[in-house]
Amino acid sequence: MRLFGYPLPGMSSLILWGLLWEIVGRLDLTFFLPPLTEVVSTLFAVIGTPAFLKALTETAYAFFAGVFFAVAIGIPTGILMGKSRLLDELLLPWVNMFLSAPLTALVPVLMVLFGFGMKAIIITTTLFAIWIIILNSRAGVLQINRSLVEMARSYGATPLDAFFKIYFWAALPEILGGVRIGVIRAVKGVIIGQLLISIVGFGALFELYANNFLMAHFWAVLVVLFALAFTISEFLAYLERRVSYYAAKR
Amino acid sequence: MAMSQISDAPRPIREPAPENAVVARNVSKHYGPVEALRDLTLEFPRGQLTSLLGPSGCGKTTLLKIIAGLLEPTSGEILVNGEQVTGPGPDRAFVFQDFALLPWANVMRNVAFGLELRGVARSEREAIAERYIRDVGLAGFEDSYPHQLSGGMRQRVGLARALSVDAQVLLMDEPFSAVDEQTRRKFQEDLLALVENENKTFIFVTHSIEEAVYVSDQIAILLPRPSRVSEIIRPSGIRGKGADNIRRDPEYLDIVDRIWASLRSYVE
Ligand SMILES: Nc1ncnc2c1ncn2[C@@H]1O[C@H](COP(=O)(O)OP(=O)(O)O)[C@@H](O)[C@H]1O
Ligand SMILES: [Mg+2]
Repeated sequence: MRLFGYPLPGMSSLILWGLLWEIVGRLDLTFFLPPLTEVVSTLFAVIGTPAFLKALTETAYAFFAGVFFAVAIGIPTGILMGKSRLLDELLLPWVNMFLSAPLTALVPVLMVLFGFGMKAIIITTTLFAIWIIILNSRAGVLQINRSLVEMARSYGATPLDAFFKIYFWAALPEILGGVRIGVIRAVKGVIIGQLLISIVGFGALFELYANNFLMAHFWAVLVVLFALAFTISEFLAYLERRVSYYAAKR
Repeated sequence: MAMSQISDAPRPIREPAPENAVVARNVSKHYGPVEALRDLTLEFPRGQLTSLLGPSGCGKTTLLKIIAGLLEPTSGEILVNGEQVTGPGPDRAFVFQDFALLPWANVMRNVAFGLELRGVARSEREAIAERYIRDVGLAGFEDSYPHQLSGGMRQRVGLARALSVDAQVLLMDEPFSAVDEQTRRKFQEDLLALVENENKTFIFVTHSIEEAVYVSDQIAILLPRPSRVSEIIRPSGIRGKGADNIRRDPEYLDIVDRIWASLRSYVE
């Protein structure tokens, strides 16, 4: 973006939106939206409190555990689907269905199955993230240059060699793309899970703030969450760019 | 080169190795309703370069992949050193038409990849790879990635990879078809030197008559599908005349003409 011919640093439009927020907040139109400055000062006040740190650790735990399972199960499943016609025909309809399904509706079922705790939240997170990871890994494998696979076979690669030395790397650009979208979905999953179950992590915190009309606190926590999600997504986009040099030339 | 294939361990007494490194016996191959090869029989003498020459789509790649063990013949068999081929093996190395390099790996790792798959320790395989990288004229490019190299250089990487596993049989599928004309000529000269210096059997697929006559000890002319060998030509007179003189040799020109005469009826 440019202003009067000067290039502006990335995301400087955020300043404009921040200003707008501040003005609307100061107009006192609704208790729901306190001024940005108030939110920011609350943010710094809240960020060190035990309640916040507890919520953060619990959320981080659920998030990373959920993402871990989504990645550890999703990538191999997707690669195997790309390699095996049979597996693909068996699983693809389910993957497509779950990818577009309103998973939020499943959370109550998960609560019944796995209890009102961490386990249900982790599984919710995994369920939000895993489908796109599977689908992208599969797409990555499907576009592999056949002669790379033949090359590996002709030099005596075992199926395991082929998996780790060819399929994984050749599909890596797509896999990372899938993981990035999956992680963004996992953020949704972990928050939605916590909101519905609402006795751990930020779910509990939101519940507390909302019930007590602590809107500045509410927004402060939200800003933190948005910033965290954005940072993670940007980091993965950076990894994706690092492998993009060969994405077009496989 | 030949020494490295002799191991220190006492070897069981064996019959002398057969004269033909590779034999294709009554090989047929169907792709569903498409009959690519029909009852093809062909012998590949040890230490020589045999070209498979024929129009596009006549089954040259199919035959080469069957020899490599990458495809199974519908019927018939391939013998390498008298033993039936059931799959890929360390006695054969493949050079691919589209190079088949790992785009995420540098030249060093690509060249050493065959050895890596065979479980050779890193320092050892890199020492071997380094030697072949130098032999094919890529010294200094060890850390380059395939997308930074020209087509000709990429195929040199593919060649170095095939050489460094020290297989007795080199299978080359139109290795020079994706490189420019000048590079191609240089490659052909290098290939002649390679056949002379390395004690290996080369099976070389091409659709260029001139190229086949220039590099081959034996040319098998394949006819369009379903493919079988229509003629075997041995341009023996022009071998050993030196790379520079072959293209001016009357016998060279004669053979090119003769092959063209027998192939022209299949080209509309
Ligand atoms: N995987 C395949 N499935 C079906 N037909 C094939 C396949 N591979 C090759 N063919 C057919 O077999 C014939 C021989 O192919 P190929 O061996 O690649 O010929 P060449 O290398 O001489 O150009 C062609 O007609 C081609 O269309
Ligand atoms: Mg071919």
